[in-house]
Amino acid sequence: MLSRLKRDLTMAEAARTPGGSRVDLLLIADMVAPGARVLDVGCGDGELLRLLGERRGVDGRGIELSREGVNECVAKGLAVIQGDADTDLADYPADAFDYVILSQTLQATRHPRIVLEHMLRIGRRAIVSFPNFGHWRIRLQVALGGHMPQTDNLPYAWWDSPNIHFCTIKDFRQLCLVAGVEMDKAVALNAWGSPLRLNAPWWFWNLFGEQGVFLLSRR
Amino acid sequence: MAEVDTVPSASARNREADEPRDCLVARFGADKPLKLDAGVSLAPFQIAYKTYGTLNADRSNAVLVCHALTGDQHVASVSPVTRKSGWWETMVGPGRPIDTERFFVICPNVIGGCLGSSGPASTNPDTGKPWGLDFPVITIRDMVRAQAMLVDSLGIETLFAVAGGSMGGMQVLQWAVSYPKRVFSALPIACSTRHSAQNIAFHEVGRQAVMADPEWRQGRYLIEDTLPRRGLAVARMGAHITYLSDAALHRKFGRKFQDRENPTFSFDADFEVESYLRHQGSSFVERFDANSYLYLTRAMDYFDLAADFSGTIANAFKGSETRFCVVSFTSDWLFPTSDSRAIVHALNAAAARVSFAEIVTDKGHDAFLLDEPELFAIVRGFLDGAAKARGLAPGAAR
Repeated sequence: MLSRLKRDLTMAEAARTPGGSRVDLLLIADMVAPGARVLDVGCGDGELLRLLGERRGVDGRGIELSREGVNECVAKGLAVIQGDADTDLADYPADAFDYVILSQTLQATRHPRIVLEHMLRIGRRAIVSFPNFGHWRIRLQVALGGHMPQTDNLPYAWWDSPNIHFCTIKDFRQLCLVAGVEMDKAVALNAWGSPLRLNAPWWFWNLFGEQGVFLLSRR
Repeated sequence: MAEVDTVPSASARNREADEPRDCLVARFGADKPLKLDAGVSLAPFQIAYKTYGTLNADRSNAVLVCHALTGDQHVASVSPVTRKSGWWETMVGPGRPIDTERFFVICPNVIGGCLGSSGPASTNPDTGKPWGLDFPVITIRDMVRAQAMLVDSLGIETLFAVAGGSMGGMQVLQWAVSYPKRVFSALPIACSTRHSAQNIAFHEVGRQAVMADPEWRQGRYLIEDTLPRRGLAVARMGAHITYLSDAALHRKFGRKFQDRENPTFSFDADFEVESYLRHQGSSFVERFDANSYLYLTRAMDYFDLAADFSGTIANAFKGSETRFCVVSFTSDWLFPTSDSRAIVHALNAAAARVSFAEIVTDKGHDAFLLDEPELFAIVRGFLDGAAKARGLAPGAAR
C-alpha cells in the first residue's frame, strides 16, 4: 500500500529536478549528514535510499511493507527488509542509527505517536515528511465540496485509502510538543514542490504547504 | 519395490569417499586435527572440494558455497557419481548471479558426507575399514570449522561471501557467528537458526527407516557388503515430501494414474506421485551413503545458534559487520518464512546490515534449487552491492 502511494506520488508530481529526483526527497537528503547511518521506514522502491547513497554516501537500511517494493530494493543492492512501521520498529536497539526517516508514510501508520517515539529512540534524529491536510485545496473540498478530499498526491477514495491518520502541519507541531520532540528544521513545499518562504508564519505554511518536511531530535 | 541394480559395490562406495573423482582434496594430517563439538578430535581428515573461477591478487573475491543435506561439491559441474549437472548451475557459473567470471567459488563437501570429505563411509585409519558408526557425531559447527581450515589452507583470510540454502544456510549462519570478521557478506537461504521439533521429528522417522532395515547391519553394511537400500529409500521418500508443497504436488501429479487408466486394486504404484517418490527413493540409494544420512540429519537436529548465547540469537550477531541477505519462500513449510523472519529480527536487534526478501512460489522448500528468477535477481543485486562496497571490480575480476 505504502509503495502504491509512493508510486502514485512519483507519477503525479511535476516536481522533479532536471536530475529526475523528487524535490521532497532531495530536501530530505540535504538534511542528512554525509556518511551517516540511516533507516528509511516505508522506503517504497528505494529511491530515497539510492539518492542518499549517491549524494551523501550514507550506510542506509530500509523497511517496506509491500513485498514487491522489498524485492525490488534488494535486487538493487539496497539493505531492505519486509516489515511494518507499526510493529517492527520495536525490534531495533536504541541509538542504532543517526537518522530514521519516515517519508510520506506517517499518515498510513496506525499509531503515529508511537512510531515517532520509536524513531527517536532508534535514531538520534528523525526526518518526517507528509502531505499536509491543512492545504487550502483540501480544506476547500471538505468545506465546500462536503466530501473527503482527493488530490493528485492523494488520489484514493476514502474507502480504499491506506492513509488512516491524516494530519495538518499544525497538528504535527502539536504531536511534537506532546511527544517532547524538538523541531530542528521545518520546510513546507507548495503544490509545485518548491519550498515556501522560510520566514512565512505557520498559518501560511499550514494553508499553502502541500507537504511538510521536518528534521526532529530528542528534547 | 523394484530392486535397483545400478548401486555401486561397497568397495566402490568406500573408494569414492576416500579418493573422490573430478575434484580437489585437502588432506589434514595428525598435526592439524579437527576439534569436534563431541569432545574428540578427528585426525587425519580430508575435505573434497571444487573451485570455479580465479582468485584475484588481493584474495578478496572468494565465495564459499555450502551445500544442503544431500548435496555435494559439484555445485556447477557434472557430478561423476550421478553424471548429472551441478546442483546449483542456475545460480553459480559464468554470468550467473554467483558469477564465476567475477568470483572465485569454493564448494566443499561437508565433513560427515560421503563424496570425498571424511565421513562414515571413509576408511578409518586405525582399522583400515570404513568408519561406520565409529565415526564421531558431527555438528554444523564442526563442518564450518573444517571449512575454515580449508579456507586457511587456500591462503584466504576473508570470504567475500558465504552462500547456501537449507543445511547450507545453517552453515552460512554458523560462519557469520563463528568467524564474523572473515565473512564480508552472507546469504542464508530457506533456513533457520535452529532445527524445529517438527524437523527433528521428520529426520527421526528417516533415521528409523534406515536403522530398521536389516541390511543396515548396525551401520556395518559397507564391511559386510550389504546395503540398507529399502530403509534409505523410504527415508528419502519421506524427506522428499517435506521439500515440496501440497500445491506443487497437486500441480505436478494431482491424482493422475501412472501408465494406467484405472486403479489396479493392489499396492502397485497406481498413482503418479507414488511412482515419482519410489524413483526418488531408489535413485537416492545409488548416490548417497545411509550412515552419512544419519550423521548429517543429526548435525542439523543439533543446530541451535542461540544455545551458545544464553538463548538470545541477537547476541550471536552482536557487533557483526557482515552484510546479510536472508531469503525465504512462501510455500516452504520445512523452513517457513517465520524462521527467516526470526533471523532478521535478531539481526535488527543487533543493528546488523540485513536485507530480507520473501519470494512467492508454490515450489516449497526445494524452490531455492529451482528456476526462480526473482531469487536470481535478488542474489545478483545483493552481491553487486556488496562487491561495490568491497571494492571488487565490476564484471570480470581477473
